[in-house]
Amino acid sequence: MNLKPETFQRIDEVITHYPVKRSATLPLLHLIQEDVGHISEEAITWIAQKLELQPINVLEVVTFYPMFRRAPIGRRHIKVCRTLSCALSGGYKTCDTFEKEFCTHRGEISPDGEVTVEFVECLASCGTAPVVMIDEILHEKVDVTKAKQLSAQIKAEAAARK
Amino acid sequence: MPAPEQRRIIFQHIDEPGYTNDIDCYLRNGGYEVLKKSVGRKPEELIDEVKKSGLRGRGGAGFPCGVKWGLVDRKSGKPIYLIVNADESEPGTFKDRYIMHQDPHQLIEGTIISCFANNVKQAYIYIRGEMPEGARILEKAIAEARAKNFVGPNILGTGYSCEIYVHRGAGAYICGEETGLIESLEGKRANPRIKPPYFPAVLGLYQCPTIVNNVETLCQVKYIADVGGDAYAKIGTPNNTGTRIFCVSGHVQRPGYYEFPAGTITMGQLLNDVCGGPLPGRTFKAVIPGGSSAKILRFGERFKGKRKVGAEMVDYDWGVEDVPMDFDSLGMIGTMGGSGGVIVMDDTVNMVEALANINAFYSHESCGQCTPCREGSLWMKKISSRMVHGDARPQDGALLKSVADQIPGRTICAFGEACSWPTQSFIAKFTDEFNNYHEAKKQPKPAAANVLV
Ligand SMILES: Cc1cc2nc3c(=O)[nH]c(=O)nc-3n(C[C@H](O)[C@H](O)[C@H](O)COP(=O)(O)O)c2cc1C
Ligand code: SF4
Ligand code: FES
Repeated sequence: MNLKPETFQRIDEVITHYPVKRSATLPLLHLIQEDVGHISEEAITWIAQKLELQPINVLEVVTFYPMFRRAPIGRRHIKVCRTLSCALSGGYKTCDTFEKEFCTHRGEISPDGEVTVEFVECLASCGTAPVVMIDEILHEKVDVTKAKQLSAQIKAEAAARK
Repeated sequence: MPAPEQRRIIFQHIDEPGYTNDIDCYLRNGGYEVLKKSVGRKPEELIDEVKKSGLRGRGGAGFPCGVKWGLVDRKSGKPIYLIVNADESEPGTFKDRYIMHQDPHQLIEGTIISCFANNVKQAYIYIRGEMPEGARILEKAIAEARAKNFVGPNILGTGYSCEIYVHRGAGAYICGEETGLIESLEGKRANPRIKPPYFPAVLGLYQCPTIVNNVETLCQVKYIADVGGDAYAKIGTPNNTGTRIFCVSGHVQRPGYYEFPAGTITMGQLLNDVCGGPLPGRTFKAVIPGGSSAKILRFGERFKGKRKVGAEMVDYDWGVEDVPMDFDSLGMIGTMGGSGGVIVMDDTVNMVEALANINAFYSHESCGQCTPCREGSLWMKKISSRMVHGDARPQDGALLKSVADQIPGRTICAFGEACSWPTQSFIAKFTDEFNNYHEAKKQPKPAAANVLV
């Protein structure tokens, strides 16, 4: 398995947190997904071996939890909250705005490879609805104007990289 | 009557200018003094304080914390675990994240005190996957606390040792349910366990006795260990002691979090005085008082009955605005205080569409083990979303109700109740809106109405 040296280090460390190795399944999946971007077949067998499990024990976890993904996504991950408080404050419009800005549909990688826009369920910030998580950062009160600003920022960063 | 003053115990430092989440700031504000005091006492004494305090769990069910601790099997010889439920995923609830982000040491101090009281040597904080920053903040805070000998081996020279680790979830709501959480922490799918026999207090994590408490509950424990159970019990009202944090979202002028002594504020005071009332030109239509699974209340309905005040039984005749915001009063009128998440809807909202939004949540989040829950939540979603996006029929309300009625009491965990209560209560209270939706949807929507599903 090809991972950064620090990922290997953190994997070995986190396994020591539990009296039973299997408990480290979620932490290992997180660490590998953070390093590689998604969970490959190889990762599943590798984790199974590392934790002395059958690959199916890891696969069933990957398929149960929405945050783990089997395939790559866009460079940035835009998660828009879909649940009631956000919807009451215009969350669907926020999501439409991101989709339009990047000419994409929910759940797909945008044509320029820059983003994947997705709906997710309540992000526990309902008081500042609508909310959006871009990668690991929570953005609050993201109305259409703010969604356009955030999109422009992502596009500017993409242009600067090229 | 104007609303009472907020009393911020748990949220004392939230949003305070200059207050940072590092240990130095916490120590400057008297941090870990309660721990120092507590480790000099007998653990049983601390459990007694919590029992006397009347503290009820803040995660949703409102179960007395002292009773829960009293159920722990201490004779098995197996290690006892404590798990902090930081999954905060009940829609409408957003208090625990502020504690973890802005005042993480308050939680760690409360956790270690609770561990000491219960002879726990290993605690885990189960934090939802969508809070990566919260997980990092907690890990840093634990490291700081360890460096100062508040966590880890031989805490403050007492010979007592306790470790805390942070464990991240990965986007599944059912991990908030305590036995689903335990399965998840064991590295499996979060399929809740059946009780009996799998009461966490007896057969929890790794089949060992386990205490699962909400983030806010453990912060309240820290305060109780400080002031004592008797003093704490004087805050709030009998059987609803201490403060409650209300998370208000949806259609009010000032959504946000507000902490009050339990039962001292009514729904009307909270929504009108504290949250500034409805948005301009609108009126309140409905409110969900305790997280999205709590039964909905319709403005205009009245609740009558008898209740105990002191030693006497007195009549009550309340509108939604008059209901005191505590576990018992909300329970009396057929809903619940739950997690404190208050979701407000005004007259721009169509109830069929709001229910369709909620149903989509529950069908996405059912773990799928029990047929009534898996199929029922899916069909409730299909029917309500068909009503909105396809053809609606006058009999759909009755159809939805018949599905909802077949779920509760027939499932492994309380998700079965949680997913059926919205449908049952929406249809009971807005029957006409469901029966007439096929007509209503032909009319233009209010300009301010948002798409809900
Ligand atoms: C479907 C479901 C979801 C739940 N989600 C949460 C949650 O996100 N956070 C939480 O603290 N408790 C949640 N609970 C309640 C827990 O099962 C448990 O009662 C609670 O963590 C106990 O802590 P407390 O006694 O301190 O409230 C949930 C319960 C159910 C049935
Ligand atoms: S009630 Fe629903 S969530 Fe709970 S165990 Fe059954 S299928 Fe899973
Ligand atoms: S409903 Fe969007 S954060 Fe809770």
